[in-house]
Amino acid sequence: MTKHRFLPALPLLTVLVMLGPVLAGLWGTVLPAFGHFPVAGLTGPNLSGFQSLLDWPGLPRSVLLSVFTGFASTLIALSIVMLVTAGWSGTKAFQTLERLLSPLLSVPHAAAAFGLAFLIAPSGWLSRLFSPWLTGWERPPDLLIVNDQWGLAMTTGLVVKEVPFLLLMTLAALGQAEAVSSRTIASALGYGRVTGWLKTVFPRVYAQIRLPVYVVLAYAMSVVDVAVILGPNTPSTLSVQIVRWMADPDLALRVQAASAALLQLSLVIGALVVWRIGERVIGWLGMVWITKGNRGALDTVAAGISLALATAAALAIFLGLLVLLVWSFAGFWGFPDALPQSFTFKNWMRHSDGVLVAIGETAAIAIPVTLAALVLTIGCLEAEYRYGLRLSNRGIWLLYLPLLLPQTAFLPGLQTFMLTIGVDVGRLPVMAAHLVFVLPYVFLSLADPFRAWDTRIGTIASALRASPNGVLWRVRVPMLLRPILTAAAVGLAVSVGQYLATLLIGGGRVQTLTTEAVALSSGGDRRAIGVYGLMQTSAALLPFALALLIPALAWRNRRGLRHA
Amino acid sequence: MHDGLELKDVTIRKDGNVLLSLSRKIEPGEVLTIMGPSGIGKSTLLSFITGTLAPAFQAEGRILLEGNDITDVRPDKRRVGILFQDDLLFPHLSVGANLAFGLAPGGSEAGRTAKIDEALSEVGLEGYADRDPATLSGGQKARVALMRMLLSEPCALLLDEAFSRLDADRRAQVRSLVFARAKDRNLPVLMVTHDAEDAKAAGGEVITLGTSSPTGEAP
Repeated sequence: MTKHRFLPALPLLTVLVMLGPVLAGLWGTVLPAFGHFPVAGLTGPNLSGFQSLLDWPGLPRSVLLSVFTGFASTLIALSIVMLVTAGWSGTKAFQTLERLLSPLLSVPHAAAAFGLAFLIAPSGWLSRLFSPWLTGWERPPDLLIVNDQWGLAMTTGLVVKEVPFLLLMTLAALGQAEAVSSRTIASALGYGRVTGWLKTVFPRVYAQIRLPVYVVLAYAMSVVDVAVILGPNTPSTLSVQIVRWMADPDLALRVQAASAALLQLSLVIGALVVWRIGERVIGWLGMVWITKGNRGALDTVAAGISLALATAAALAIFLGLLVLLVWSFAGFWGFPDALPQSFTFKNWMRHSDGVLVAIGETAAIAIPVTLAALVLTIGCLEAEYRYGLRLSNRGIWLLYLPLLLPQTAFLPGLQTFMLTIGVDVGRLPVMAAHLVFVLPYVFLSLADPFRAWDTRIGTIASALRASPNGVLWRVRVPMLLRPILTAAAVGLAVSVGQYLATLLIGGGRVQTLTTEAVALSSGGDRRAIGVYGLMQTSAALLPFALALLIPALAWRNRRGLRHA
Repeated sequence: MHDGLELKDVTIRKDGNVLLSLSRKIEPGEVLTIMGPSGIGKSTLLSFITGTLAPAFQAEGRILLEGNDITDVRPDKRRVGILFQDDLLFPHLSVGANLAFGLAPGGSEAGRTAKIDEALSEVGLEGYADRDPATLSGGQKARVALMRMLLSEPCALLLDEAFSRLDADRRAQVRSLVFARAKDRNLPVLMVTHDAEDAKAAGGEVITLGTSSPTGEAP
């Protein structure tokens, strides 16, 4: 009866699979950071890594950039989402945003960043649309819009992608916050829509989405692909600089990179602490505001601005994809023409071989990783159902840990660790690294629907003499087909979008759609970027379409499962 | 002597407080009705008998079915059937497949189909095997749920407010159908209900919890 022993062990195995690489990575960061790096002939401990890091003239600026882009993008995205939910939830406009959510979410960060770059660059679509009739520009203006030194383009790119994520989390939280009745009471007491929502619903909703907000902050401070595409170069953000040092043939620079990774980690921890203090301050100010009894004079303005910004964020992604599509088929396209003079398949033909290989590699990694994540997740949830092995609140933090730690803090270390113990880089370690990020998202996506399943159905099935495994496979899994496929789509999208894990743990030899697309950014071949960006988006989007289509087909004659 | 469902000194606690304690034997073909306000632990008693007691509760005492102690037996090996107030037909299976799920494995395909058709006609639902359960009326669903449970050949039947979702007409109809089929098969029945009509129709002993005799020891 090995099965009986296997299932209760799954939660532990899941934690190991998820946190093992993180711990190994941190270990592999700490040792070289303090000068101990035997592979490069260096033995510590010493502070030479930190010394050379401090000697690097770009450090202050690069730290400032990481902190600024992280805080700014998180604050802006959170404000947009909160105000738009406050002002519009329950309305037609809000439903439209909700419906656009899944496709918006599945667009990989890199593709969205490229799309945005192609829109706002001096020679981008927006400037073409208004030139020369409005701007008078006959040639692209000499402005540094993308890769600007303040990281504004990068902040915009992050906001555009984080708004859908935070909106999704907010929607999930709204259900438990009695939002509708609170708003009704507040408006009966004479409060405006936005003010009433902020004063009654926001505190409960924010408590629910706190961890996702932290994830957004940590991610924004340490992101690499978006920073490479949209961020400044002179110097770049700290994370990008770490990756550059890691890629240097001079192994001694890895010591510096490891020191920088520890600095990055402490920056993120510090930022989270500051954010937490900020929460307290806002909470206190909010109490003052609530007791003053203001009914909200600026509600209409706030609601209007937030809807405009949320719409702009959605449009930035959709128009960005459209401009990628146009570029991928573009023949000659001079400035300031709004459209190319001709359309051609040549770009696609030219890149078809490379794209096909990259698709194969992407799928060969994403599919097994997602399957493994599904098995572990369903195993954990089933163990919870059968044996009551439920994650405590502290356990939830474990799930979020890989998402809260900056990738640049442990992925370089994981590569170093592998080098130290003699494991070669390649596809299998890349898969293990992807699993660290895929698993939490798959778990978070499946846990609620899995737990919401009516356990009386399980009682009935057992009373009908179905074994515990029979109940799982013959009843529970088929009934939960839609959420399981949605979780799989989320997992695939996360794996497809992984840049740093693939680049570092693959040692540059594992080339997926994402690494190929980001690598193109320095060359500036817009047609190639269009092709790769679109394929990357399709690879993430297709599973979501299948997750809708398959249950609809499989249960086309089962009305009871239409909304399951 | 060894027939029937026997609850021997069963006590159910939550956080150390006794919810109910009960010692009774239900003979084959008899119905024992338990009434009382919600929260008194009626359904909890049933989940103890089916082997699905939530971890928040503690239970002691033994459950004997046809003379065998099933207290520690896995839920799917107990052969205790149960019907809830919701029909809980599996929404992904057709009516026929729902019944096939209940039918013990084995036998030829034709034999199994024949048994399913027979079961359907027993409750006046001939030709419903291919239907989507979601397209059935409440009374029809209740009848399918009953036959599904009976096809699994249980040795006892538990009813957890099983008729409370049905409207008055259907209710009497389904209720007498359930009692008649249980009697045919000589099953001991334990019914939990809010409704005095249910208790009256059952005709057997009625225990009312949470009133004069909070421990369930009948006068």
